[in-house]
Amino acid sequence: MKKLLTAAVASVALATPALADDPTKIGFIYIGPVGDFGWTAGHDRARQELQDHFGDAVETSIVENVDYGADAERVMTQMALSGTDMIFAASFGYGPDVNSVAGRFPDVAFQHATGYIQEHPNVSLYDARFYEGRAVLGHIGGKMTETNTIGYIASFPIPAVVSGINSAYLHAKAVNPDVEFRIIWTYSWFDPSLEADAAETLIEQGADVIMQHTDSTAAVRVAEDAGVMAFGQASDMVDFGPTAHLSAIVDRWAPYYISRVEAFKEGEWEAQNSWLGLGDGIIEMAPWNDRIPAELQEEADELIAAISSGEYHPFTGPINRQDGTPWLADGEVAEDGALATMDFYVEGITAEFPN
Amino acid sequence: MIRLEKRKEPSQIWRIANPFLAVVLTMIAGGMMFAALGKDPVAAIRLIFFDPLFSEQFGSYSRPQLLIKTAPLILIAVGLAIGFKANIWNIGAEGQYIMGALFGAGVALAFYPIEGWYIFPLMILAGALGGFLWAMIPAILKTRFNTNEILVSLLLVYVAERILAAMALGLMRNPDQPGFPGSRDLRRYESAHNAELIANTGLHWGVVAALIAVIFAYIMMTRHMLGFHVQLAGQAPRAARFGGVSPARLVIICLGLAGALAGLAGMFEVSGPGGQVRIEFATGYGFTAIIVAFLGRLNPIGIVLAGFLLGLTYIGGELSQMMLQLPSASIQVFQGMLLFFLLALDFQTNYRIRLTQGARA
Amino acid sequence: MILGSINPAVLLAALMVAATPILLAAIGELVVEKSGVLNLGVEGMMIMGACLGFIIAVNSGSPFLGFVGAALAGMVLAALFALLTQVLMTNHVATGLALTLFGLGLTALLGQQYVGITPPRTPRLDLGPLSQIPFFGRAFFRHDIVVYLTIALVGAVWWFLKYSRAGMILRAVGENHDAAHALGYHVKRVRLMAILFGGACAGLGGAYLSLIRVAGWTEGMTVGAGWIALALVVFASWRPWRAMAGAYLFGGVVVLQLNLQAAGVRIPVEYLSMSPYLITILVLVLMSSGKARASLNAPGSLNKQFHASG
Repeated sequence: MKKLLTAAVASVALATPALADDPTKIGFIYIGPVGDFGWTAGHDRARQELQDHFGDAVETSIVENVDYGADAERVMTQMALSGTDMIFAASFGYGPDVNSVAGRFPDVAFQHATGYIQEHPNVSLYDARFYEGRAVLGHIGGKMTETNTIGYIASFPIPAVVSGINSAYLHAKAVNPDVEFRIIWTYSWFDPSLEADAAETLIEQGADVIMQHTDSTAAVRVAEDAGVMAFGQASDMVDFGPTAHLSAIVDRWAPYYISRVEAFKEGEWEAQNSWLGLGDGIIEMAPWNDRIPAELQEEADELIAAISSGEYHPFTGPINRQDGTPWLADGEVAEDGALATMDFYVEGITAEFPN
Repeated sequence: MIRLEKRKEPSQIWRIANPFLAVVLTMIAGGMMFAALGKDPVAAIRLIFFDPLFSEQFGSYSRPQLLIKTAPLILIAVGLAIGFKANIWNIGAEGQYIMGALFGAGVALAFYPIEGWYIFPLMILAGALGGFLWAMIPAILKTRFNTNEILVSLLLVYVAERILAAMALGLMRNPDQPGFPGSRDLRRYESAHNAELIANTGLHWGVVAALIAVIFAYIMMTRHMLGFHVQLAGQAPRAARFGGVSPARLVIICLGLAGALAGLAGMFEVSGPGGQVRIEFATGYGFTAIIVAFLGRLNPIGIVLAGFLLGLTYIGGELSQMMLQLPSASIQVFQGMLLFFLLALDFQTNYRIRLTQGARA
Repeated sequence: MILGSINPAVLLAALMVAATPILLAAIGELVVEKSGVLNLGVEGMMIMGACLGFIIAVNSGSPFLGFVGAALAGMVLAALFALLTQVLMTNHVATGLALTLFGLGLTALLGQQYVGITPPRTPRLDLGPLSQIPFFGRAFFRHDIVVYLTIALVGAVWWFLKYSRAGMILRAVGENHDAAHALGYHVKRVRLMAILFGGACAGLGGAYLSLIRVAGWTEGMTVGAGWIALALVVFASWRPWRAMAGAYLFGGVVVLQLNLQAAGVRIPVEYLSMSPYLITILVLVLMSSGKARASLNAPGSLNKQFHASG
């Protein structure tokens, strides 16, 4: 029996030259350090899971703190030269570099996170539908707030962040018509003291729920000290605010990474453009805080289930733009293209959109 | 008791031996650190200093890369060194580098999508001008108001960084990719692309410019009157003034030259290896170049060697991360050690250690 | 627009807190520069303090010990700078930059196991009735003890530089080291002490971030605070109280822009964030132009190498 199996594997191996007895070599390049407790840490968690899942059948290596441009191109080229079979480039800005290296190494499979440039058949793009998680946070935040004010710490005005704000606002508004959003842009992904100052400012201006789309844990801690509520980002940040921390959107790239490596090992890897969400297990919610009433926890679970099954889309019309012009008609669902380039607030948000 | 005594003439032996000694000491100290991290120290050091140059697997690719990584460092450092010699402390090269890139990219983006042979030369001029103008701010403030140029040039780095972010998010944003920060990719715009002159050699216009700058600086410092003035102003400012050297003119020339070279480096980077104007474009070449200038003892030839040594640790550092899973922080520490040893040993060139008996005033 | 929601008392309170870490680092660097030494390694020393202060506080359970450890960690790095620049005569600028590189790398290694942990809490100072005074109570009397100690430190440095004999010697050394040497002062010893003091202050500033303000450790968490501190010293034209005013002004600009944003005012954040630097340059120009030169106060020997001959 065992012999038969090896024979079968061997025949597949012949069909796909990339597959040998050697372990599949997989390289990861990161924009930040693996110890950032945010974006890069999320990807590296997935890498470890991947390694545990496949054991000796894969060999992973990482290079951290790689700047965009020439440095990224060089690191990926060196990975390709050292016999790496598959490269995960885990940041938006690597787009041009990934494509230029991919052109020179057609046998290496490239996986580029959150990008939009795909010029070669060996470049796959992948991203997470963070706005789905934001919808759940909005629902919980809208119900939990007593001051009807939610504070939002945002990084850069790019589509992923903007659609998150809109999604959270729409779902908070749906359960609490009086809800108001206060938004602060920090123009950085990671600046702990600035994020702490921002959280404090929002709280002083009446917010009793803080959401963040920045990486540091500072805001959760400030919320804890001020006795208000907060949602974490990228990692479960409950340790920094056991009382304040309601939940968090936790990045969980592992299922996707494992499936892609699996496909590669089977010789079935193809370039894709995947935008995955709650239903794919790519993002998940950190455990609900006990202070969220059981009823609300159930509602949130139902919302997750509805989004996961595809039965409900967080951007379902009627939705107007901030200036009142219609965007989605009644029952109309937003197209992915529109979400991926979103650059406006929806109706009801009072802040002006940063240009 | 141990005393330092200034040598009458800098020691030529130590001048040459020190860098080697520093590298050896760094290998020992760094090797201990790598061992403490549970990695094979010999393999790590081999990957950092040896493999980028001689490995069969990487060498043919890494050697040209060394040019790409090092060229901007040398280009900037050469300009800075001339100023440093004259005691004019421009530490804001990073800002001048950014402004050069923005000016150069600005010209390219203004012409897009017209193709023409004249676009790239115009970008070169604009890049030099951008760096030059940015350096003129501390220069004029220094000559007109006697404002400290160290501080003004440093402060202007922060301003330039914010202008860069504003440009990447606003004016220079790629209109074809709504919502995303960053300009068009200049590597995909033929007339503006600072491409490799000969494929797979790493040789682009920035490398050529660095080479010209080194030769030019060498001749100027050794043969030309201006070089003599610079040296004089640095070593004996009073004598220089009596000798008819105008300090104000020297400030303008030194800062302007350094600014223009830094601007050029920025422009060659944004139109080639960097590719586009983006928030994260500036990665510290301007500051690293200061270190390169000092490691090269403010001498153009020395700067070339120092630039390559530092460039090697960057590329080798990446290799050792990839092959041995060393954390990138350990490479930073390793580079820090190398700098400390190089700087520390240099005292032997100018001073000698004397053991004297008892205290003497 | 909801400008009415901005509370000036809260604004004042917030800017005092935001200013504290940079003020701590700046007051240390001020003394260093007054002695004629330019140490560009402030960022490196700050992150050392942030990292080691955090590690020590977590392991000992005592924030106080954490702060002590942070000061010592800053001093250790400063001692390295002193060894290189004062004994081995290396260039200040290059050594300072190398120090920052080294500090950032070393702390990233040391702190690896401490990411995602919370430190022990630093108790808030209870000022009782003072904190209940309308407006002033909220603005000034509800801070942690470090905020007040920092102000006290500014006062102490001011007194030291202006009235104490040691302070006078320090200024003399910074103004003209050859003359000070001729008068029999130990130029190097004075500078060593100043550099160590600067390191301790920068370390404390870093620990304020990791133990109180952010209350967590992540590598690179100072994000340029050390560089702002350097700018602040110049802005203050080397005067302690002005450094404090500058830090509050800087903190004020940050906090104000956050408040305006939260109130829904569309402000060009990317341009506004340049303003502290442009203002600093303007102040520099105003102070150094023409007759006001004397009031510039810049130490005459700043960034010049000293070697006692003979």
